[in-house]
Amino acid sequence: MRRKLDVTEGEFTLLRNRFGRLIAGTAASAMLFAVAACGGDDTAAAPTSAAPASSSAPAAASAKVGLAYDIGGRGDQSFNDSAAAGLDKAKAELGVTVEELEAANGETDAQKEDRLRLLATGGFNPVIAVGFAYSAAITKVAKEFPDIKFAIVDDAAEGANISNLVFAEEQGSFLVGVAAALKSTKGNVGFVGGVDVPLIHKFEAGFEAGAKAVKPDITVQKKYLTQPPDFSGFGDPAKGKTAAEGMFDGGADVVYQAAGGSGAGVFEAAKAAGGLAIGVDSDQAKTADPTVADVIITSMLKKVDVAVFDFIKNFTAGTVKAGITTYDLKAGGVDYSVTGGKIDDIKAQIDDYKNKVISGEITVPTGA
Amino acid sequence: MTTGTQAPQTPQVPQHADTFANRLVGRIRLNGMMALAAPLLAILFAGLVTSLVLIITGHPPIDSLLAMVEFAGMPRTMVGIINLASAYYLSAMAVALGFRMNLFNIGVDGQYRLAALCAAAVGGAVTLPKPLHIALIILVAVLVGAAWAGIAGVLKARRGVSEVISTIMLNTIATGLGAWLLTSWAVPVAGSNNIGTKPIGESGQVPGISLIPGAPNQVFGLFLLAVLVGIGFHLLLNKTRFGFDLRSTGLSEPAAVASGVNVKKMIVIAMLISGGMAGLVGMPQLLGSSYSYGLDFPPGFGFTGIAIALIGRNNPIGVAFGALLWSFLDVSQNILNFEKVSPEIVTIMQGVIVLAVVIAYELVHRYRIVAEQRRVSRELSASARTEGAAA
Repeated sequence: MRRKLDVTEGEFTLLRNRFGRLIAGTAASAMLFAVAACGGDDTAAAPTSAAPASSSAPAAASAKVGLAYDIGGRGDQSFNDSAAAGLDKAKAELGVTVEELEAANGETDAQKEDRLRLLATGGFNPVIAVGFAYSAAITKVAKEFPDIKFAIVDDAAEGANISNLVFAEEQGSFLVGVAAALKSTKGNVGFVGGVDVPLIHKFEAGFEAGAKAVKPDITVQKKYLTQPPDFSGFGDPAKGKTAAEGMFDGGADVVYQAAGGSGAGVFEAAKAAGGLAIGVDSDQAKTADPTVADVIITSMLKKVDVAVFDFIKNFTAGTVKAGITTYDLKAGGVDYSVTGGKIDDIKAQIDDYKNKVISGEITVPTGA
Repeated sequence: MTTGTQAPQTPQVPQHADTFANRLVGRIRLNGMMALAAPLLAILFAGLVTSLVLIITGHPPIDSLLAMVEFAGMPRTMVGIINLASAYYLSAMAVALGFRMNLFNIGVDGQYRLAALCAAAVGGAVTLPKPLHIALIILVAVLVGAAWAGIAGVLKARRGVSEVISTIMLNTIATGLGAWLLTSWAVPVAGSNNIGTKPIGESGQVPGISLIPGAPNQVFGLFLLAVLVGIGFHLLLNKTRFGFDLRSTGLSEPAAVASGVNVKKMIVIAMLISGGMAGLVGMPQLLGSSYSYGLDFPPGFGFTGIAIALIGRNNPIGVAFGALLWSFLDVSQNILNFEKVSPEIVTIMQGVIVLAVVIAYELVHRYRIVAEQRRVSRELSASARTEGAAA
């Protein structure tokens, strides 16, 4: 091992010089690019690299958005994917350029800070962090870069340049709780949570309150798949299936899952047991495996995509506000889906509750 | 496996049985050119495979590696690498101590998590003068880690339960117990979806050291703890009666028993020490940066420690390089991701390095054995010839 480091160190200066030149080269071309972009109206003739930004998009389109995902990253069919959808929309509609970085399992705050700092020093503004795990990291890094706008999803980390995109998950869960109770013939429903953390407690509390609002004596079975720091409960369909099977065997006929990727197993169990299921985060009757999509009567929509898109849009318009923006029922940040028409018969009743929550007549517990 | 060759020149050095296991954990040392050849071969192999993976995934290997080196060369990143390596080092040394006695402590992960949680809870609950507060927190961590590992030690000594099985089970139990304790002790982090133990007050925090010139951040003060543990490990194993007993028990239990070592007692003590070291793993992070054990406290250091102990061949110096290398790769994940290289590539690199080290050392050892056999047979035939000539 000693030998190895010696070699690396010996060649290090040489490498750095070569890399330094490379950076200098990049910087030079970037400046050329900037000059070309500022150059004026007739940029059509501008050299090569200026092409993508200049023509179609508005002036703010030069915004470079940096986004750091939580564990799982793009492709988790859940929380991160929802953020990715908002980013994609911003890319398509606002013409911003984006950079996405992923998180690794078991990393320290220092590595999360590194990630945000890389984006900030790389010229990305705004920088968006997905998930409460970035709380400590974003508080620290935002202080170092006062001129850059930061946003964090699901967390209230404070800072003069941090926007907090938080959701009233309990309100959306309340509505699907109402739907579950109305659809249940046995008076017995289930809740499958991915990991036993405060965030998922909000889903549970809202769901139970919704079900009990309709039928005060209804049985609500609850199960969390894993305990922190084991976060596999958000990505293990087998665990979700076992838990849901237990609930259907125990007399439940509708099961709500707030378990990320494990939810696929809940749907399978519902299909096998002839029961019904409720999806979470996105409209899962559309996104789930088509063979099980017909058991999904509705989904609790948590519109991380809307929050991310709004934030980027506000940034390009120069109207970003620091502090907490709560995406609740009133703001349309959470909702329930009607894809498949399975709850058309009870939609009026659900909307009745929805209006009561919006007007403040019903206060949904958060489980805190 | 070929048994130890009776090298005529060095009969006084006790020969370790030349088995794969002994070679794997570094009990049999290479010397001279061969000691250099093995790590070089490993680096060459790891470099080749990594480059191949990069090429297959459509990334220029040279540029990617240059980006990693450039990023790691920044003072701030260097500090990050050292900080992360401190925890890795402590974890690997805890594993290494077990390895030296043929004990495979897979439970370091559960031991350090439980220890860090209890230490954080105690540290947050009391306020003491500075050195005492820190000492108390570290003491709690060591005791909890030792106690948790001690369960596996007693099970093995009394009931013959393999420590591999029991420590894996204890990991799972530690996760459940930790989650329960955390929810009962935790205070919600204001406005966040995170929960954590009550933050440790100023008197329990360990100030950082400005080790790297020009870095805006500081190396964890408890980086020194890792250094001390490394020195202590070396002294304990090589300069004490206990270390001799430990090593001899690891080599041959019957021989150790014959020379008067109480093997059962050794097992329990070794597990206690290994667990106590494991208890330290979370300390640099806890007392240097987090000050509270929450949902975001990094898990998994215990398993990383096993790989690093293998890379470093259970030698305090080797493990230090292994920990720094591993930490460097982890920290590089971000920059690679920034260069559009999937961060999973780093995981592949780490796996390849472990394999490369094992394979390279084994190859060099086999070469050594063959060369030695040739030399002996050459000497034998030469002496036979001279004898024949004399007769």
